[in-house]
Amino acid sequence: MSAGGEQAALERIERARKRPRAFRETSITTAHGAGGKATHELIERLLVPALGAGEQLAALADAAVVDVSGASVAMTTDSFVVRPLRFPGGSIGELAVNGTVNDLAMVGAAPLALTLSLVLEEGLDSEVLRQEIAAAGAAARAAGIEIVAGDTKVVGRGAADGMYICTAGIGIVDARAALSPAGARPGDRLLVSGPIAEHGIAVMLARGEFELGAAVSSDTCSLWPAVAALLDACHSGLRSLRDPTRGGLASALNELAAASGTAIVVHEQLVPLAPAVGGACELLGIDPMYVACEGRLLAIVAADEADAALAALRTVSGCEQAAEIGAVEADPAGMVLVQTAFGSRRVLDMLVGDPLPRIC
Amino acid sequence: MKFAAEYRDGTIGRAIARRLHDVVDTDRHYKLMEICGGHTHTIYKYGIASLLPANVELVHGPGCPVCVIPMGRVADAIAIARRPGVILTCFGDLLRVPGSEGTLLDAKAAGADVRVVYSPLDALRIARENPDAEVVFFAIGFETTAPSTALTLLRARAEATANFSCFCNHVTIGPPLRALLDSPEVSLDGFVGPGHVATVVGSGPFEFIPAEHGKGVVIAGFEPIDVLQAVLMLLEQLRSGRCEVEIQYVRAVTPAGNPRALAAMDTVFATRPQFEWRGLGFIPDSALRLADEFADFDAELRFDMPGVRIDDPKACQCGEVLRGSIKPWECKVFGTACTPERPIGTCMVAAEGACAAYFNYGRLAAGARQPEVVG
Repeated sequence: MSAGGEQAALERIERARKRPRAFRETSITTAHGAGGKATHELIERLLVPALGAGEQLAALADAAVVDVSGASVAMTTDSFVVRPLRFPGGSIGELAVNGTVNDLAMVGAAPLALTLSLVLEEGLDSEVLRQEIAAAGAAARAAGIEIVAGDTKVVGRGAADGMYICTAGIGIVDARAALSPAGARPGDRLLVSGPIAEHGIAVMLARGEFELGAAVSSDTCSLWPAVAALLDACHSGLRSLRDPTRGGLASALNELAAASGTAIVVHEQLVPLAPAVGGACELLGIDPMYVACEGRLLAIVAADEADAALAALRTVSGCEQAAEIGAVEADPAGMVLVQTAFGSRRVLDMLVGDPLPRIC
Repeated sequence: MKFAAEYRDGTIGRAIARRLHDVVDTDRHYKLMEICGGHTHTIYKYGIASLLPANVELVHGPGCPVCVIPMGRVADAIAIARRPGVILTCFGDLLRVPGSEGTLLDAKAAGADVRVVYSPLDALRIARENPDAEVVFFAIGFETTAPSTALTLLRARAEATANFSCFCNHVTIGPPLRALLDSPEVSLDGFVGPGHVATVVGSGPFEFIPAEHGKGVVIAGFEPIDVLQAVLMLLEQLRSGRCEVEIQYVRAVTPAGNPRALAAMDTVFATRPQFEWRGLGFIPDSALRLADEFADFDAELRFDMPGVRIDDPKACQCGEVLRGSIKPWECKVFGTACTPERPIGTCMVAAEGACAAYFNYGRLAAGARQPEVVG
């Protein structure tokens, strides 16, 4: 029972966790789509090795950056399978555009053009389709991106859940951006652009499975204005950006800590959380740190530029409640910690399993 | 959230922690057991152990409803779920509990209709909405959840919902505590009592602990301030030589409990003569079945199921963890072969499980915990 025994046990566990393992699951479960550990295992142990991936894919950034005749072009793809199709604050068409734009924005790219592929289920109400395409068009105009190509497929009744949308997006990387998931260094600060967990809770409540009357709206929006403001405010100090979608803030920060080999410490009481969202999480027994956002970003910024970055973020519409929520330390490398109101610290690991239904 | 934030206030917590340091006798060691997995979760989540004096040790008890489900019962549930036309409903944590042939999640991926509900009433609603399906509720839990199962069955009977049944695995808190206190390997100085169970049963079922075993009990709520205050009350009992059942969780618990909930349980359930607890073995009079009047709603009578006992995996030390005789990290497979992603034992599955709580929150080298200095 000695502290030494515990220490040895913890070191053995960390060694076991770092050992690469083959993908051993006999079938795909919903956990593989939840954005947490199982998703990472699927990508890192089955998909990337099978594709014989080069540096770009292996880096697992939100978007790849490709050199096109000297220009840095960001490229990404995404798919949307949310149920219900419409929820307070947004819908699948709007989500598809914003989600793709945000993947581009997270590598510092101004969105340029987008493709939209539709998989429609036989029997889908045409009016629903009309509304979603209108929503996608409106979101594209708001984000300043053009929808330039598309595709349409129809599958039999029961082979899809109403409609699915797949996108591809390209953007031009801003010359000032030098972003990398591995960019965090000890001493850097952590910012979030607004209250967390709103999208995931809004969708979950919209499914009507829990008889909770809380008024929660999705936060879905384009994050390019926020990224542009950060690029304007920072010099070389803007290190990493992530939008904490599936798997929430906890999973996104674990990706950044692992990529950079640093420890990220989040101060629990500084993380903005709307009372209705916090209350719903409390009742459902869900930690908001694991619930998806669709219009928030996490920024890791050098300490001497953090105040300017935060001030710039707060001037952007929708980011008024941006906050500094933590800092980067050297140890324990690759881990995310939460500092509680009591001054104690605990591990904040990546999401395990699938606490939530399909939300994006 | 109102009425929760004040029980998570760091300033109050540190003030109680300072009091703890005043109350302890530095020449001795204190070993206190928190019975309920909800407390274990709070203790790790808020780093309570780091606020306690070094000679006050908290050990985890048997009160995690998912942890104590034996593998044979999971296998039975999977057998029900695999039948065509059955919708099996259960609480989310149960999906990942391994039986001998995988988990309910595996059965779901293979085509079984398994649905997560937050209340047994949701299961009854699913039965009404799917009149052509057999809807089974996989009921687990202590006296905390048993009343809602009882009320659901009363409603099912009143509405004559013929396609609804219950696979009952409810257990009671008194018998395992008796078994624990009778076992020679455990030496404890007091108990943090389970607040949610006590809202139903009151303080009566815990009175034997001071009366027969000379140990104090403080029934506590689930916020960090509740747990810290309960520890303080236990230490004060020990210092003043008192030994009794006290209630810290006065905002929810009365000595008499909830008579209406107890009456519903009395109507719907009967005591099983024996029931197997994972890691703890068979404990007499420790579980509930449906009473004979509710036999029509009893899934064990409605469906054929294997009904066999399955030994725990050899490597699994859940029993020792549940008795508080080892710490999670002392288990041979903790964190290596047994992880939240691929649990071997139930203690690694549920959020209230001691192993999952330690793995998720406590897995930090001592230096990295950096508690604020108190004293």
